[in-house]
Amino acid sequence: MPVGAGIAEPMLPSRYRVTDRKQETADSVTLELEPVDTALAAFRPGQFNMVWAFGVGEVPISISSAPGTPLHHTIRSVGSVTRALCDAGRGDVVGLRGPFGTHWDLEKAAAKDIVIVAGGIGLAPLRPAITSILETRERFGHVVILTGARSPDEILFAPELERWRGRFDIDVDVTVDYASPSWRSHVGVVTKLIPRAPFDPKNSAALVCGPEVMMRFAATALVDRGVAFSAIQVSMERNMQCAIGHCGHCQLAGSFVCRDGPVFSYERVAPWLRVWER
Amino acid sequence: MTTRSIGELLATHPFFAGLGADDVALLAGCGRNVQFDAGEKIFREGEPADQFYVIRHGLVAIEIMSPTAGAVVLETLRDGDVLGWSWLFPPYRWTFDARALEATRATELDGACLRGKCEHDPRLGYDLMRRFAGIVLDRLQAARVRLLDLYGDGRGAG
Amino acid sequence: MAVEPPDVDTRWVAGREALDALFAALRSRGYRVIGPTVRDGAVVYDDIDSLHDLPEGWGDEQDGGHYRLRRRDDSALFGYAVGPTSWKRFLFPPRSRLWTATRADREEGFVVTPEPDDGTRFAFVGVRSCELHAIAIQDRVFLGDAHPDAIYAARRADAFFVAVHCDSPSGTCFCVSMDTGPRATAGFDLALTELVDGGHHRFVIEVGTERGGELVAAMSTVEATAGDVADALAVTDHAAAHMGRSMETEGIESFIDRNLEHPRWDDVASRCLSCANCTLACPTCFCHDVEDVTDVTGDHAERWRRWDSCFTVDFSYLHGGSVRPSVRSRYRQWLTHKLGTWPEQFGTSGCVGCGRCITWCPVGIDLTEELRVQRATDGASTRSQRTEQPA
Repeated sequence: MPVGAGIAEPMLPSRYRVTDRKQETADSVTLELEPVDTALAAFRPGQFNMVWAFGVGEVPISISSAPGTPLHHTIRSVGSVTRALCDAGRGDVVGLRGPFGTHWDLEKAAAKDIVIVAGGIGLAPLRPAITSILETRERFGHVVILTGARSPDEILFAPELERWRGRFDIDVDVTVDYASPSWRSHVGVVTKLIPRAPFDPKNSAALVCGPEVMMRFAATALVDRGVAFSAIQVSMERNMQCAIGHCGHCQLAGSFVCRDGPVFSYERVAPWLRVWER
Repeated sequence: MTTRSIGELLATHPFFAGLGADDVALLAGCGRNVQFDAGEKIFREGEPADQFYVIRHGLVAIEIMSPTAGAVVLETLRDGDVLGWSWLFPPYRWTFDARALEATRATELDGACLRGKCEHDPRLGYDLMRRFAGIVLDRLQAARVRLLDLYGDGRGAG
Repeated sequence: MAVEPPDVDTRWVAGREALDALFAALRSRGYRVIGPTVRDGAVVYDDIDSLHDLPEGWGDEQDGGHYRLRRRDDSALFGYAVGPTSWKRFLFPPRSRLWTATRADREEGFVVTPEPDDGTRFAFVGVRSCELHAIAIQDRVFLGDAHPDAIYAARRADAFFVAVHCDSPSGTCFCVSMDTGPRATAGFDLALTELVDGGHHRFVIEVGTERGGELVAAMSTVEATAGDVADALAVTDHAAAHMGRSMETEGIESFIDRNLEHPRWDDVASRCLSCANCTLACPTCFCHDVEDVTDVTGDHAERWRRWDSCFTVDFSYLHGGSVRPSVRSRYRQWLTHKLGTWPEQFGTSGCVGCGRCITWCPVGIDLTEELRVQRATDGASTRSQRTEQPA
């Protein structure tokens, strides 16, 4: 049996062409992609693809578009592969494998308030969840988006945040660590927005994504306000290579983050985070 | 003999200046001397905050643990500094980690015990709260100035 | 691969020359015959042609960080335990190319060509019970989920197993503790017990599958008597009573979960060199790199899979640093995974009690000893006692 037959699904990259490129911030780019051959399977918000730049390498990147719309990957330039992807232009072909991983659980949030806490690039994997929620807005209670960025220039999806804020059925608050002279909104850590955000802690679902330290503090602030551990979902990150739970690199306690995550219930993750260097 | 020597330490410590003799004795009764080896963790983020420490001699880092950067030091405290105010404010849980950078000797005060005593004697509670508020104020003001990154590009302020 | 349980009534006895007939029959059916042979002072698994390639008259002496071949006083062909290599290097090769890609025109971008299977079918001779269990464990890792590994599946599908029941456990064996031996009970086509007394050298053969039965037909055999069967059972009973090590497995998952900060981790970290020998020798370790290589022109790329180890500093690298920078955290990861979280992932322990990690550790770290010390001080913490002292 030829190796290719079995390998075809998870380990062979599918060709995708860049159809549009948007510079989101100084170091982040959104690529819009369309399949050259067969499209990958349908994805759910929170999942990721392994994105391959020919001759450079492959990295896990969350899908930042809504299901059923053109595929978007929002990439932050932090190393050689992401730098190459951020430099990709219209017409360039990249390799995609996926979709992999677990998704944001919006089913358990039905009829509840939703509070979304995002830090930096963490807003990217949450964007498809937000779009899904807004598409079936009547299924949920209050919807609150709290997002933090380093500075006003580094706010991700700023025009979209403004559009969301413009709706009457959703609360959006943005905060920055460092203000610019013209910034007139919140300055401070995003967790500071949690105590007074308009949601019912006893009847809500929280989706949190950002640097691990920020997620720890955000979860703590949510718990302090009365949200149950099990009502909080976080998106974890570890070294991922195969993305199918075989290479072992992404292991966190008994889980493979590529397969049992990246979205986890905070109830499951909290004890793991208490053991340092786990 | 240990209690009296702790009492002497507290009475002569600037942080407790002006505290009445009875109050000093009460605090000393909630105290004991402790020591930490260089590199030893004193408390960790998320754990119950039921103590605070008066550093007698040594160097302590207040730090936060990042998965890839390891321990990131936010501030250091040394001889004479008071470590830990979370014991005073619900939910009585440490927000950061603290670690002895050098061999450190401190007086550990039982915050849980003191909370009870302050409930019983609000006058003492107010006094301690005022002293700790002063520390928090100083550290917040210093943190805000550090945010200006004055030695870097100064964020427009340098 | 469906394996019928061994038919315990079907036992045969053959002389040592029958092995050559067996190897020839396997080769004529297109198998590449791999078996034990002596090389570089150890018993390793490699291509073998005849019974003369087998480690005749050799036994082994194993302990923490110690392995020596020693001459037996008989001519046994399988009179040793396990060596540094395991069958994993054939089913899950140390290096495998997954695909190649070539730059194409702007329209196409690039073209990816999957690596074809070379069609090798293996016959493994001399497989120990612990090794059959290790293979079953790796089956769950590579074949047991939504994405079966094509390379492992291809090599595993037709593999032929000639097991050997152990008669000479080594100083580091503890298969009895792990319930993985010394007697093989499943997963083989044929299983042999070697009986050597005086000049008389015979093998009691059990048939595990229909195709195993077909191979027996190619050998010169007689039916086993009750006495032959009893002799064969006595061999493994003797082996079971002579284990070199032991490990208490009762409640081990929760034990490990509540001792993640045990002071013993600091102790073992002061000895561990983080050399990765244990993971290379271990028959169940599966961690591997998935890496890209390109040629100088940049027009040709390849995706390779290569054995890796959780003991390397870079293993847990994540934009900017490693999640496990200390040896302490990496040793703890290996041991707690092997014994504590593996069951949660794959339904069984990750350890088969073969002892290789103990034997091949350059400083002789013994995981059974590490567990024993921790068990004796269950719940101990690295938090030092805050000592009272006069001001």
